[in-house]
Amino acid sequence: MAAEELKTGPLEYRTQEGQMGIMGFWIFLGAEVVLFATLFATYAVLFGRTADAPLPSELFEPGIVLIMTFLLLTSSFTCGLAIHEMRRGSVKGLIFWMAITLALGLGFLGFEIYEFVHYAHEGATLQSSAFWSAFFVLAGTHGLHVTLGIGWAILLLIQIKQRGLTNVTSRKFFIISLYWHFLDVIWIFIFTSVYLIGMVI
Amino acid sequence: MHITDILVTGEPIIYGAMVSMALGGLAILFVLTYFKKWGWLWREWLTSVDHKKIGVMYILSALLMLFRGGVDAMMMRVQLAFPDLGFLNSQHYNEIFTTHGTIMIIFMAMPFLIGLMNIIVPLQIGARDFAFPYLNALSFWSFFFGMALFNISFVIGGSPDAGWTSYTPLSGAAMSPGPGQNFYLMGLQLSGIGTLATGINLMVTILKMRAPGMKLFHMPIFTWSTLVTCFIIVFAFPILTVALALLTIDRIFGSQFFTLTGEGLPMMWANLFWMWGHPEVYIVILPAFGIFSEVISTFAKKRLFGYNVMVWSMIVIALLSFLVWVHHFFTMGAGAFVNSVFSVSTMLIAVPTGVKIFNWLATLYKSKIEFTVPMLWSLAFIPSFILGGVTGVMLGMAAADYQFHNSYFLIAHFHYVLIAGTVFACFAGLVFWYPKMFGHKMNERLGRWAFWLFFFGFHVCFFPQYFLGLDGMPRRLFITNVAEWLPLNVISTVGAAGMALGFVVFVYNVYYSFRYSERETTGDSWNGNGRTLEWATTTPVPYYNFATVPYVDEIDPYVRMKEEGKTTFEEDKVKPIHMPSYTGQPFIFMALLGLASFGLIFEWMYLAVFGLIGGVVMMIRRSFDYDDGYYVSVEEIKETEKKARGL
Amino acid sequence: MKAKHLRNRWLGLLPLGLIFFLSGCGQLEMTVLDPKGPVAQSQYDLIVYSLWFMLGIIVVVFALFTYMIIKYRENRPGRKESDYDPNLHGNTTIEIIWTIIPVIIVILLSIPTVTTLFDLEKPPEPAAGEEEKEPLVVHATTADWKWFFSYPEQDIETVNYLHIPTDRPIEFRLTSADAMTALWIPALGGQKYNMAGMMTTLYLEADEEGGYDGRNSNFNGEGFAAQTFKVHAESEEDFNAWTQKIQNEAPELTADRYNELLKPGLTDVESFSSTHLDYVKHHTKDGMGYTIEHFRDLYGKKLDLYEIEKQESFQ
Repeated sequence: MAAEELKTGPLEYRTQEGQMGIMGFWIFLGAEVVLFATLFATYAVLFGRTADAPLPSELFEPGIVLIMTFLLLTSSFTCGLAIHEMRRGSVKGLIFWMAITLALGLGFLGFEIYEFVHYAHEGATLQSSAFWSAFFVLAGTHGLHVTLGIGWAILLLIQIKQRGLTNVTSRKFFIISLYWHFLDVIWIFIFTSVYLIGMVI
Repeated sequence: MHITDILVTGEPIIYGAMVSMALGGLAILFVLTYFKKWGWLWREWLTSVDHKKIGVMYILSALLMLFRGGVDAMMMRVQLAFPDLGFLNSQHYNEIFTTHGTIMIIFMAMPFLIGLMNIIVPLQIGARDFAFPYLNALSFWSFFFGMALFNISFVIGGSPDAGWTSYTPLSGAAMSPGPGQNFYLMGLQLSGIGTLATGINLMVTILKMRAPGMKLFHMPIFTWSTLVTCFIIVFAFPILTVALALLTIDRIFGSQFFTLTGEGLPMMWANLFWMWGHPEVYIVILPAFGIFSEVISTFAKKRLFGYNVMVWSMIVIALLSFLVWVHHFFTMGAGAFVNSVFSVSTMLIAVPTGVKIFNWLATLYKSKIEFTVPMLWSLAFIPSFILGGVTGVMLGMAAADYQFHNSYFLIAHFHYVLIAGTVFACFAGLVFWYPKMFGHKMNERLGRWAFWLFFFGFHVCFFPQYFLGLDGMPRRLFITNVAEWLPLNVISTVGAAGMALGFVVFVYNVYYSFRYSERETTGDSWNGNGRTLEWATTTPVPYYNFATVPYVDEIDPYVRMKEEGKTTFEEDKVKPIHMPSYTGQPFIFMALLGLASFGLIFEWMYLAVFGLIGGVVMMIRRSFDYDDGYYVSVEEIKETEKKARGL
Repeated sequence: MKAKHLRNRWLGLLPLGLIFFLSGCGQLEMTVLDPKGPVAQSQYDLIVYSLWFMLGIIVVVFALFTYMIIKYRENRPGRKESDYDPNLHGNTTIEIIWTIIPVIIVILLSIPTVTTLFDLEKPPEPAAGEEEKEPLVVHATTADWKWFFSYPEQDIETVNYLHIPTDRPIEFRLTSADAMTALWIPALGGQKYNMAGMMTTLYLEADEEGGYDGRNSNFNGEGFAAQTFKVHAESEEDFNAWTQKIQNEAPELTADRYNELLKPGLTDVESFSSTHLDYVKHHTKDGMGYTIEHFRDLYGKKLDLYEIEKQESFQ
């Protein structure tokens, strides 16, 4: 399996293990797309079923959501820079940009938690109606993914400190960058189809 | 909480089951201790990442579940044939048909097929193992603990009782309080993780680890069916994951997805469930088609007729399988137009399926049919499956379905396709590849007995049920209190007994063959009729599978290899082989998640959180695990091969 | 050896024989195949129409199958060299043929399916020469594990039994107070679901007087098997006489009484001279949770139901 190693091309693609890991992760992302698509469909079906709870248009605030979007989009960009540095062979650059990515991710999470708490105070909780259940589970699943991503990236940062850039560590960073960009794409859909539409209707 | 709140009490049958389970468990513990086999069990099996051993464990679990689901079935049949005995009450019957359905689909059919895929697919494509052996072990243990969780429900906490479809609002917290329904949700959720992982794992294995030269359209048909199945798994299982999660959150954390309060929408469950559930049907039937194709072509001693068409029809079936889910609830009142669309798409599936049937028949044309036991199962499949298939088309005609729906006509139909398709294939595949797994064949004479008993039992059991359905008998009815229904139910029960007997003979055959069958000396067990690479390696298969992987540029490569006198041991080409190390991590990881699930079932949040944290710790450990496996030396390979090949 | 092959051959034919045998002796008695109204009749016609195609397919496949396994078994006496061609592996023409034929069959099955589907959304057409009648509206509501039939025009309500006039379409408005159920009267036609928070419409009609069996066909818990009702189809005059009698003799359905009846459990037949429709509308978003909100605690209780006839109703 790991017997042959290519001499050229990106580090993470040089072994068959690396190639297989990346392909496996792409397929996993395919499954994740279905998972989020199901959640989006659920949300769309339950839209308007707010019962006695407040309407989304009464609660959604453009300000916070815009900041969150800005944070996550920027983090996706810095994550791309980190991989760019990795391809150049710069461990320092990789660590620097990855740390920025994580900081932005943490900022996003902080705002999201604040937002959820705020809604709960206003009387919109997971339990209050079908619509709010769908909202919290959709946004919450995304938030949970971001949380896991942050934890995962911290582990990888420790590993790269210990081991430097190898076939394995570069593969791991490449995969987490795929994951992070994917979360960004999901957020764009949440931003448009949940928040923008929710604010208008 | 008092102990009687947790343990199920008051039913003599359940006490009996508890006692027999306890005795069986004690016996296993005693045997393991007495023969000092604990270390062996841990080192050779529980920590194994070898696809062949994992496959064997899958199949053993599946056989165990076939037994459990079969006992459920027999209890139902006895109740329906002798309603005056008062054998089961309504509640108990509801639990039994729920566990029967869930177990047979999720914990019997799928693991049985995944077990066969585990063992055979890497061998068919000339691979040393799966792409991700660690993940493969993880998949197995997630299935195993999911299964264990689901099965303890009938002694601890109470079984789920809302049907295997678990329709809301019936299965929601309001109308089904208690842990029973949670067992269903968590058992499926936990094992679903493993199924999804296996899907990804096998896809990468097939796409990336084929023998040199082997193009996709050179692959054996069973491998093709596996690839298509994995595609369905990857795109269907996340839907189930979400559906189960939403219902779990509903039940445990009080959200309002499927509730009657808070403007919930119970009908959404049926949609989500069947958006997974219908592709699921094809997850268990496509590999069966693959097995039949292999067996029929082997014992017809002929190339499969229309290989390309066979592959494309599977792909078309897979795509269509995502577009027909509404046919499970035509009666929900979605309107004539929606029902028309789904009606037509449903009937369209019959086209590629019919094409496959004709191709199998054409494979038999100008062949030399040898009636071995696996061939008997495969041949019996064709006429039996047709009876299930044509009634499937009838059910697909929505206007007529209003009369068939929820009746025994439906029951007869899906047992006809699932037993004649999936179960026959499991038996055919197991007997066919048995020598590859265990180094000896199953006894032919006993195998025939098992086959004929099961085959006759099957038709006698399910054929009358079509007519019960047409006479208005609904499914899930615990009592046959309409006199006209009784005679056919008695016939049906007689048939079920025949199937049970066939199963007993089959299991006895496992023991008998272990004791008395001749040990295999060559790898090509079926009189030299093997056509694909799994027969090219020796029996028993060395743990590295192939000493040297041959170059493949055609379908059925082993036929030409034999003509040219080539083997998978070209002494001068042997190189060290890289193999993964065994590890106990998957077992521990999934045991912890099992614990967490158990906590959630009883809403003991401390236990759940503890298990989850344990799971996270295991993931962190895995992340820091840089164990890269080891190399098998050239000398060891040569020695093993020479011994096995008698050189 | 020969005897064994002979056995194989006949065994292969067995299921086919069973079809003819059972369809021969069973047809007259089976409810679905003995329609008592135009809806059931149209479904029956569709079923029989499809059955001919299915039998055709079965005959073709069984014949080919039997031919193959007899002719090409390895040790058939008198096998010729030309009976074996290991390299035969495909033929485009024949593949196209056996793809086109199923497609044609599917088209032939789709056309009547679709037209019947659209017809079933409307009240059945009156028989030739008869005048068209306004459908009789009956609200069919289920609660664990009983049926409420409300006749809003007549202002009466029955529990667990149903009277309908013959030769007049019945417009069932289906809903549920709790779990999803389905109204099925096989002699009169196919089923449709009752769902809380929804109202579905089902048209049925009886053209013969008599008593028919109806039931909930969708599993909804412990008392499912007991959720049956008798349908009395009678002439318009008899039906009117019956409604008169109920209006005059039966008690009013009070809100308290209705609540009592909604509780999960079994109950006998009952009649009332008013309906529950004023108290709660289970098919609306507001009314769908009514039963759960009031009687949530009662759903965990078990009936311990062994035999329905001997079971004491909860009343």
